[in-house]
Amino acid sequence: MFKRNYAEVVFDALSQNEAFARMVVSGFVMPLDPTIDELNELKTIVSEAVTNSIIHGYENKKGKVKMVMEYENEWITLTIIDYGKGIEDVNKARELFYTSKPEEERSGMGLTIMEIFSDEFYISSKIGEGTIVKVKKKLTCSCENDV
Amino acid sequence: MSLSAYIYIRADTLFVRLTGELDHHTSKSLRDRLNSLMMEYDIKNLVFNLKNLTFMDSSGIGVILGRYHYVKQNNGTLIVCEINSQIEKIIQLSGLYKILVITKDEDQAINYLGVA
Repeated sequence: MFKRNYAEVVFDALSQNEAFARMVVSGFVMPLDPTIDELNELKTIVSEAVTNSIIHGYENKKGKVKMVMEYENEWITLTIIDYGKGIEDVNKARELFYTSKPEEERSGMGLTIMEIFSDEFYISSKIGEGTIVKVKKKLTCSCENDV
Repeated sequence: MSLSAYIYIRADTLFVRLTGELDHHTSKSLRDRLNSLMMEYDIKNLVFNLKNLTFMDSSGIGVILGRYHYVKQNNGTLIVCEINSQIEKIIQLSGLYKILVITKDEDQAINYLGVA
């Protein structure tokens, strides 16, 4: 059976919404019956992206984060959007252990983790306009067995 | 689900049992609490018990690495024990296995440190 679903949620760029975003994505993919590992990886991706928006996009100031969730059969697409300051050098930001805020004990692993935990990873950013992170992940679910 | 920490001190070692989720939000208060305890009680070693930690992202790695640098400056040891399957992958990816002492449980950590 063909499965398709779409949802989006917009929330304040507050750190307590990191857990909220993880819960939302967990709930959204539940009908696909993901494995514990897959669910954990999706939650981690969302957590890293939302944290980046809060810390780097808005630098802990007021703002909104939008999370778009879609699936088509076993393919999940997550898009996390902020309208913050943007990333000056995306390639630099993608380097492992690079962080623009070493004084805040950032590990510099966020983007690398998102990349490893997903099957496709895109990031685009424009100074003064914001950042869009898009990931695709294929689940190993047995969708056809579901009712 | 938020984070709770059960903390106790034995000799010059601080034991931290974490329950819940360690992310950017929950790491802030944990970091402050650990820093002030370590200063106040002149702590040399730190043992993190992650048995009941159900989620951790790179912010959690940042907290552990930050404490590692602090402990190392005082010639102490940082031990992580009871790594469960939910957080194993992120710890592996971060390279923490290479720089930290990892033990099975707190007893093994105590043996390693010799803080009877």
